[in-house]
Amino acid sequence: MNAPENKQQFRLVGTRPVRPDGVEKVTGKAIYGPDHVSPGMLQGAVLRSPHPHARIRGIDTKKAEALAGVKAVVTGQDFPQAADKLVAGAESASNLRWVAQKCMAIGKVFYEGQAVAAVAATSHAVAEAALKLIEVDYEVLPHVIAIEDALAEDAPVLHDDVFTQGLAEKPTKPSNASMRFAIERGDAKAAIAGAAASFTGRFTLQPVHQGYIEPHACVAQWNADGQAQIWCSSQGHFAIRAMTAGILQIDIASVRVHPLEIGGGFGGKTTVYLEPVAMLLSRKAGRPVRLTMKRTDIFRSTGPAPGAVIDITLGAAADGTLVGAEIELKYHGGAFPGANEVYSGVGGAVGHYRVPNASIVGWNVLSNIPTMHAYRAPGAPQINFAVESAMDELAARLGIDPIDLRLKNIVHPGEPSASGVPLGAIGYAEALEAAKAHPHWSSPVAPGQGRGVACGAWGNYGGPSTASVKLGEDGSVLVTEGSPDIGGSRASMAIMAAETLGVAYEKVRVTIADTSSIGFSMVTGGSRTTFATGKAVIQATEGVIEQLKDRAARTWGVDVAAVTWEDGTAVHGDQRLTLAQIAAKTGTTGGPISAEAVVDPHDFLPGFGVHICDTEVDRETGHVLVKRYTVVQDVGRAIHADYVEGQMQGGAVQGIGWALNEAYVYDRSGKLDNAGFLDYRMPVASDMPMIDTVMVEVPNPAHPYGVKGVGEVPIVPPLAAVGNAVSRATGIRMHDLPISPDRVYGLLRAAE
Amino acid sequence: MSKLLVSTTVNGDPQQFLCDPDTSLLDALREEMDLTGSKEGCGSGDCGACTVVLDGKMVCSCLVLAPEAEGRQVSTIEGVAEGNQLHPIQRQFLEHGALQCGFCTPGFIVASKALLDHNPDPSETEVRYWLAGNLCRCTGYDKIVRAVMDAAAELRQDRRTAA
Repeated sequence: MNAPENKQQFRLVGTRPVRPDGVEKVTGKAIYGPDHVSPGMLQGAVLRSPHPHARIRGIDTKKAEALAGVKAVVTGQDFPQAADKLVAGAESASNLRWVAQKCMAIGKVFYEGQAVAAVAATSHAVAEAALKLIEVDYEVLPHVIAIEDALAEDAPVLHDDVFTQGLAEKPTKPSNASMRFAIERGDAKAAIAGAAASFTGRFTLQPVHQGYIEPHACVAQWNADGQAQIWCSSQGHFAIRAMTAGILQIDIASVRVHPLEIGGGFGGKTTVYLEPVAMLLSRKAGRPVRLTMKRTDIFRSTGPAPGAVIDITLGAAADGTLVGAEIELKYHGGAFPGANEVYSGVGGAVGHYRVPNASIVGWNVLSNIPTMHAYRAPGAPQINFAVESAMDELAARLGIDPIDLRLKNIVHPGEPSASGVPLGAIGYAEALEAAKAHPHWSSPVAPGQGRGVACGAWGNYGGPSTASVKLGEDGSVLVTEGSPDIGGSRASMAIMAAETLGVAYEKVRVTIADTSSIGFSMVTGGSRTTFATGKAVIQATEGVIEQLKDRAARTWGVDVAAVTWEDGTAVHGDQRLTLAQIAAKTGTTGGPISAEAVVDPHDFLPGFGVHICDTEVDRETGHVLVKRYTVVQDVGRAIHADYVEGQMQGGAVQGIGWALNEAYVYDRSGKLDNAGFLDYRMPVASDMPMIDTVMVEVPNPAHPYGVKGVGEVPIVPPLAAVGNAVSRATGIRMHDLPISPDRVYGLLRAAE
Repeated sequence: MSKLLVSTTVNGDPQQFLCDPDTSLLDALREEMDLTGSKEGCGSGDCGACTVVLDGKMVCSCLVLAPEAEGRQVSTIEGVAEGNQLHPIQRQFLEHGALQCGFCTPGFIVASKALLDHNPDPSETEVRYWLAGNLCRCTGYDKIVRAVMDAAAELRQDRRTAA
């Protein structure tokens, strides 16, 4: 299934070579965020609020400062006045006023675990001891956690200057509903009223965490002359630079951020939590300072993905054609405005279907939990759970095969997208046909099991990237880029450069350079890196080829237009000069050869996945076991097939975890009750079967090798695929996640 | 509080270090011996990123006190390859693309080696349950399990060839 007919035209694209950073990562040599050491480095520690909502009357740090070995203490008062200011760099612009408060509370705490003070000391033990000496005078305020509670008339309002955006008239009262966004077309209510079949339901989800295994960590060094260096792992060191410099009000050029290896991010490492704090500590102490989060801090104070309450009605004609959708989704926003999941939730709700009449309204709802942050296809899995569950109900009610129902309604190339722009070379129908043809779909469902299917899309992204390609004197090739490698992208860049240049994969070495050594590159996120940074690498490689042809033309004394580049060799008639031969002579033909490319492409295309899931439900315990799972996805074209399959498998398992186990659980006092990997139960190896993958390749014509972006789509369909499988196994519709044993047990007993 | 002097053996080499009585073996490895291949993902024994072998037994080094290493043998990820010769498990991880970010990989490799050292022919289910104490958030485990199964087969073949 994985071999497209046209693959043989490439030497390297689609193959599976060992990644360039592989040996360092299997031998323990690779340096990740918590591993970096600077000479003379101090150890930092952060004091965090025990209260979900409180005014800080005062912080007394005198005793901590007096402790032997303590070199610096900072609080919110050390932060420059944080006004509204937008900075780019991540997947959407960030308002520094709120980003600053995710690093350190300024006058008020809005969630349990928000930082209130930090210490740098000669050892970690001294720093921890100093935290205990800091006295914070809190005026505890009423708190609110759940979405519906935060919208209640008598709910405590978090911010007195946040008014609901997106309403026809500016409201007069501040609200926890920070934003409304809607898409309206046709008359959804009337269309549904006249439909042959309809389904109405309410679906709920809890916040979940990205769950990267590497804790946030950094070392910062801010010198007396105003110049600074930061060593950290992130999905984008240019975003770290922009936010840190913006918050601390210093020049971009004065902050050099070194990217360390990153141990997972999934969207969660596209912002700062520690870096500005470590910088302030370093400036006070005059030495480099390391800050590292504990796992409990990560759960309590870094961005989860929104929980949601979703009301949906879908209506279809007797032949299955969708006629109308009425949806209201409310997403957690967390403590501060700015979470943007509602946009993709509303825009992507039924974006993969033709729905002539739609009323889709979304609300971003603030409450006393950490501010939501991007998590793989941010905003899409939640709404997809509701939409694809409703589709499953419509298929059952109409007696139509669930894949056929989707094939009937799917959008096709040339049809208008949600934004009205015609869709390009999308492979939605191809993926559905491949799923239908897969032996999993036609195999009999085992007794006691249920089979679910769901599909989903993600728009993908382009965005700015810089890359340079330099030729070694011996003809070997150096690629320099600014996109952190979170899952094998160095290998993809090397493949694309080697394919373009016509050299062996092993001749190309890839470096991810610091912010002062390569031009701006947006974060590794949005499923953009292989697409956009790949384009930059290819363009820079083409620039090198032009120079190679020019050197050959000069050597031969011919017009460069008459020279071609074939399989790593300049050709003119029967004259040939290899890359290595030209490289060896650069000293006498015009000097070293290198080229840089800066791109900001917008011709990306969405990806689409279809997931098939078989589950077995233990009727005595309510435990759900995934027995078989298949991921079918239009991947554009796979550059490194292993890491494309890996994205499909990893995203699916994250989605299965969201469906079955994962949820933030708050106690009545507003404290997170499961801030650790024991109680926040992510999937482990024994929970999972093999995850079968089918890469459907419908290339993106706007990318030299057809890349679309593959990382985010695979977390979109699993929630409904699992929910539909359990619903079919039990005969009970799953409306609420997680589908945990206690919930299933209760539903089974109630149905008896 | 004065420090304790601990004498131990790490990857076959004698090591001495000073630590506070409440220092974890993980922190001693990382901070005192510069062996940062063992990672801290949780500090509570739930993620397995710090997995090492202590006198032949697989442990989470974050749950072992550093002074407990006195007089004992510690094996870490840094000792899995022999010089520049990768262990078959390491090579199979690379050939399968069984790592994405790579942060959990040292723990998985140490745990997998501990499995294959005492069970050369594990079933898929045995591999999955043995590795259930190691969290990977990137891969969904599929390629990891395949890499370990293939490494087991390769090691069995090596043993047959040697015999």
